[in-house]
Amino acid sequence: MATLSRADVEHVAHLARLGLTDEELGRLEGQLNHILDQYEILAALPTDEIAPTAQTIELENILRADVTTPSLPVDEALAGAPDRARDLFVVPQIIGGD
Amino acid sequence: MTAGQDPAITRLRAHEMAAGLREGRFTALALLEAHLELIRDENRVLHAWSSVDEDGARQAAVAADRQLSKEGGRAIQGPAALPPLLGIPVALKDLVVTRGQPSTAGSRILKGFLSPYDAHIAERLREAGAVVVGKTNMDEFAMGSSTEHSAWGPTANPWALDRVPGGSSGGSAAAVAAFHVPLAIGTDTGGSIRQPAALTGTVGMKPTYGRVSRYGIIAFASSLDQVGPFGRDVRDAAMLLGVVAGRDEHDSTSAPMQVPDYAAELPADDDEAAASVKGLRLGLPREYFVPGMEPGVEARIREAVGALEAAGAEIVELSLPHSEYGLATYYIIAPAEASANLARYDGIRYGQSVRGEDVLGNYLATRGSGFGAEVKRRVMLGTYALSAGYYDAYYLKAQKVRTLLKRDFDLAFKQVDALIAPTSPTVAFPLGARLADPVAMYLSDVCTLPVNMAGLPGISVPCGLSEGLPVGLQFIGRAWDESRLFGLGRAYEAITASAEWRSLEPTDLPALSDPSAPAPAERLAAARA
Repeated sequence: MATLSRADVEHVAHLARLGLTDEELGRLEGQLNHILDQYEILAALPTDEIAPTAQTIELENILRADVTTPSLPVDEALAGAPDRARDLFVVPQIIGGD
Repeated sequence: MTAGQDPAITRLRAHEMAAGLREGRFTALALLEAHLELIRDENRVLHAWSSVDEDGARQAAVAADRQLSKEGGRAIQGPAALPPLLGIPVALKDLVVTRGQPSTAGSRILKGFLSPYDAHIAERLREAGAVVVGKTNMDEFAMGSSTEHSAWGPTANPWALDRVPGGSSGGSAAAVAAFHVPLAIGTDTGGSIRQPAALTGTVGMKPTYGRVSRYGIIAFASSLDQVGPFGRDVRDAAMLLGVVAGRDEHDSTSAPMQVPDYAAELPADDDEAAASVKGLRLGLPREYFVPGMEPGVEARIREAVGALEAAGAEIVELSLPHSEYGLATYYIIAPAEASANLARYDGIRYGQSVRGEDVLGNYLATRGSGFGAEVKRRVMLGTYALSAGYYDAYYLKAQKVRTLLKRDFDLAFKQVDALIAPTSPTVAFPLGARLADPVAMYLSDVCTLPVNMAGLPGISVPCGLSEGLPVGLQFIGRAWDESRLFGLGRAYEAITASAEWRSLEPTDLPALSDPSAPAPAERLAAARA
């Protein structure tokens, strides 16, 4: 199986949206490779004919009645926001300049 | 009466407290105050609690007393007239959200977060009359087996204050073991109820996946997470599960199945309980006696098996041949699900927020500073296992092996009624001992995590001491067969009722109120130095 390089670790950190220090990236490179070594045991196990299991209880199509019920009031939904304006969460500008 | 100053009432089991309240021997408020006093005096050294809601708990206790005095007469005619946990103090793991109260999941990223709603099980507990005392310490987002990965510092084990209580529900386990509450809620994704129960000498049950609603439980790995009870005996754990179990329309994976009255099913009489194992077939999976298992732990487990056999159970040695793949499979699936679940911590809607130059900068700064080392490790592992080019080799492969693990159990349950195994291969380990090596920490759950992979129920009950520390015996059952596991646990209690270790309290309880005793964070720092 694969071995992670420092560049791979940085790429995965970017995908995961984790801002990591150089020290953290260095430590993770060693630790992740050590953990990935433990996964190697799986490669030798034949599973071509085996269906994957995503969940263990055989429930299907759980539906509720199609009725509207009150949602969380806006003020409560926004109560934990670090920054709000009127009824909105504030984020840095995403689209375009002026 | 002055029961508020009487520590003896904190030693009672929850079902004995319920009887005492109904008979008017003490009030719910006095019962609560006795527990709060212990918590105030001892939490600095034990650090089982991350927040205590004294006011909310007092209001609930006063309301319980009002109901007890009003309906006292009716209660004598029939116990069903009063809700089952009326006036009983209960702790919640710090990932069960309650309206207006802190729930941090042991993470800096949720510091200061106040939930706008109640978890389903919090509502259930309130309806049942429980007095919710507060939230217990845990490994951050339930990722860990020692409670050392809490952003708020570790919890000590009341049996040896320089050792871990297990995890991730270590605060709940320690609080129950130290008599800070008779009952506590935990969650178990790979062993996070059963392993700390084993390490603290308490009873802990992980129910069948789908038995308890996860609505309002801060998510770790959604196909594995399950809520369950801690108690100081099997009956108490059964009583608590009976209250929180059942279908909830807010969680579509909660099963629309009847919930038995688990506690009422258990025989009160020891002889009757012991006799209930006669003719049962119990499977002993040889793979669960893993390399590295401590000889003292193995000895206690073998003795317990012998005691059950002597009481009339038939012991069947068998194999769960794919067990050796459990650890690797779990450490792909759980981090993969976690990496998706933890994407919600964006620093925009709630929780800690650290501003960067742009939106991406916000994410990087917020998550980089808000998550601890173990959470970052798992998010990285999970992101990698799900990323383009590696999905088939890791995640899909693990899901297929999960099928094989589940099939092992299906085949075993064609032969036997339940499985019997160690809960943890070791007793409680010293603070700091496994922090430097993530794989050594992951091995703590090698006997519990296959049960989560298969969605099955498992219970850990105390089975004696090794080197003065508790050992846990695990029973694993068929899906939805919690009743049998409680019955087996109760039978084992009855069979060993006169064993000397049963009368022992945790060794280091007296040191918990010692003003010169160090806090667990100081002990950990000293251990790592």
